[in-house]
Amino acid sequence: MYELRGVTKLYSRGKETVHALDGIDLTIGDGDRLVIQGPTGGGKSTLLQMIGALDRPTAGEIVLDGVDLAKLSEARLTKVRSENIGFVFQSFNLIPTLTAQENVETALVPLGMKAKIRRERAAEALVSVGLGERANHLPGEMSGGQQQRVAIARALVKQPKVLLADEPTGNLDESMRDEIMDVLERMWKEHGLTFIMVTHDSAIAKKAPRLATIRKGKITVKENAASK
Amino acid sequence: MFFTYLRRELRRRRKAALVVASGLALGIALVIVVNSVSSGMGKAQDKVLQSLYGLGTDMTVTKAATATAGASQQPRFQFDANNNDSSTTQSSDRVMVQGFTTLASTTVTKVAGQKGVSDAVGGLSLNVVKVDGQFTRGQFQQNQGSGTEGGGGNRGGGTGAPQGEVTGGGANFNINSYSVYGTDVTKPALGPLTSSKITSGRTFTTAEANSKVVVADSAYAKTKKLKVGSTVTIKSVKYKVIGIATATSGDAAANLYIPLTQAQTLSGDKNKVTTIYVKASDSKQISAVKKTIQGNVSGTTVTTSADLADTVSGSLSTASSLATSVGKWLSIAVLIAAFLVAGLLTSSAVSRRVREFGTLKALGWKSGRVTRQVVGEAVVNGLVGGVLGIALGLAGAYVVTAISPTLSASLGSTAAGGRAGGGPGGGGGGFGGGRQAAAKTLDVALTAPVNATTIALAVGLAVAGGLIAGAFGGWRASRLRPADALRRVE
Repeated sequence: MYELRGVTKLYSRGKETVHALDGIDLTIGDGDRLVIQGPTGGGKSTLLQMIGALDRPTAGEIVLDGVDLAKLSEARLTKVRSENIGFVFQSFNLIPTLTAQENVETALVPLGMKAKIRRERAAEALVSVGLGERANHLPGEMSGGQQQRVAIARALVKQPKVLLADEPTGNLDESMRDEIMDVLERMWKEHGLTFIMVTHDSAIAKKAPRLATIRKGKITVKENAASK
Repeated sequence: MFFTYLRRELRRRRKAALVVASGLALGIALVIVVNSVSSGMGKAQDKVLQSLYGLGTDMTVTKAATATAGASQQPRFQFDANNNDSSTTQSSDRVMVQGFTTLASTTVTKVAGQKGVSDAVGGLSLNVVKVDGQFTRGQFQQNQGSGTEGGGGNRGGGTGAPQGEVTGGGANFNINSYSVYGTDVTKPALGPLTSSKITSGRTFTTAEANSKVVVADSAYAKTKKLKVGSTVTIKSVKYKVIGIATATSGDAAANLYIPLTQAQTLSGDKNKVTTIYVKASDSKQISAVKKTIQGNVSGTTVTTSADLADTVSGSLSTASSLATSVGKWLSIAVLIAAFLVAGLLTSSAVSRRVREFGTLKALGWKSGRVTRQVVGEAVVNGLVGGVLGIALGLAGAYVVTAISPTLSASLGSTAAGGRAGGGPGGGGGGFGGGRQAAAKTLDVALTAPVNATTIALAVGLAVAGGLIAGAFGGWRASRLRPADALRRVE
């Protein structure tokens, strides 16, 4: 359960101060599926950083399950990320020198579990995205769609409450796009996640049950009862 | 995970790692070569000094310089001319104390009793000049009147009335000069004789404190055709050759070695010594011991190896100063450059991996864990560089040793001028003013021994290089924000 109240983020660009976010109020319930869209530079990514505990707002509150992320130290934010939030990125962001299996394991490293358990859980996660037999391949040896599936396995292996996806299909062609959206949707349902996705893709946006649009740091939310 | 990640990174980014490592390797190799060459220089100098001092001598004590020594003690020879037609050979030996100054034997005990002195032994260095030959009286040819008598051959003309002249007188003689060292046979472990090896016969026994026996230097023995069992006569005293000694490096300290008491008797210096050879209990405390002796035993000059080393000149000293100055600075400069390059390369490698490290932070990796990963990679690079550098350095040192260029060392040339006390052995002013005091030159082959300290230094430098590079990169990595994971462009 997310509650954002008056979230404001200022960046200084030279002498100019940019309002990346300008008093955002937003509530996201557990198990919700929210799609965020908007023009480039409108503040989508900034909002995702705030929700993902990657950065703190200049003003306002971001309450995740009763804890205000805006007031947490860097170390506490790191802990929140490691336990509660899974990320999927546009360019996959896999470590190029590590195998698929090892990439998935990196998400479990901060949780301090035994190597054996870590390996088992990572292997299970890869099987769940249909890449069980590619565990020992390097990212460079896989297609874009496969790489993004490894990234999804990495995001979900720690069983987070929240899955954040930043343009997860942005670097993929059409057939891959559907494949990834299918996987994400399946995972959302299976894990009972709160799923927040930033996208440019209007086809995906149309199907979203709840669509937030960010323009010049302001947000408008549209409920789409039909597809829910 | 730390090691898996580390291993994978180093294996898959081999080239970049190798560039950093070879930079460090070059610096480290240079340090090893310079270090081992300088220690080789030190060894060469030690060898030179050893030939004067003998093994284990840390310093020598001689009488402090006094102005009075000089002409009055110059050797004089007096011969009476022989009668007509006589072919009798006359001979005279002059035994002089080298440097003309002596210390009392009691000083040896006094020096030995000083703090920090492990052992002290006195020795008497003598120069013997032997003049022998025939001195024929001139014949007085009477022209008019009567002559009284002819003058001595060496004293010029006759003194008689000018009615005749002296003809046919003359002298035919040889001068033979050699050095004799009176050694304390009760302390065979210290003194100049230790720098020679007995190659034939035997050395003195402790019971031969006053025996008429002699050990001859092999070079001198060769020219004089001396063998074990031969007899040497010094100032009409016959000595039996019991052994032949060969100098292990450079020239021998003396031509003949005899028991100290015998030497003292020969020169008439009972209970006197010219030089005291001192061994310090701790070789690191030499300058302190020097001070103690100079303070407590008055009228002495203490010369340490270091003092003597200052008088070494020639290509050895040139190369030595080159190795210590140019070599040292060059290796420091290369090391600093290598450290900087390693640091900058590591730092730029981190910049290229901004998104990777940002992603790890977004996944919940603590900043410290990311930094540790970067530092770990840099330290391994440093160690690889260290291994390469040590291999390269050892190869370099081996090449120097294999070629072993010959360096010449001139010793004591500065002492030839005025120091009455003289350097021990080599530099002392002897007969004929500066002739014997002239520089003693010897050739020493340069080696480049690599010792454990040098290797330890190299390993230390490698780790330091890795840490410096890691500090650059780690600092960079620690400042990355987790939000960098969302960067669109690499």
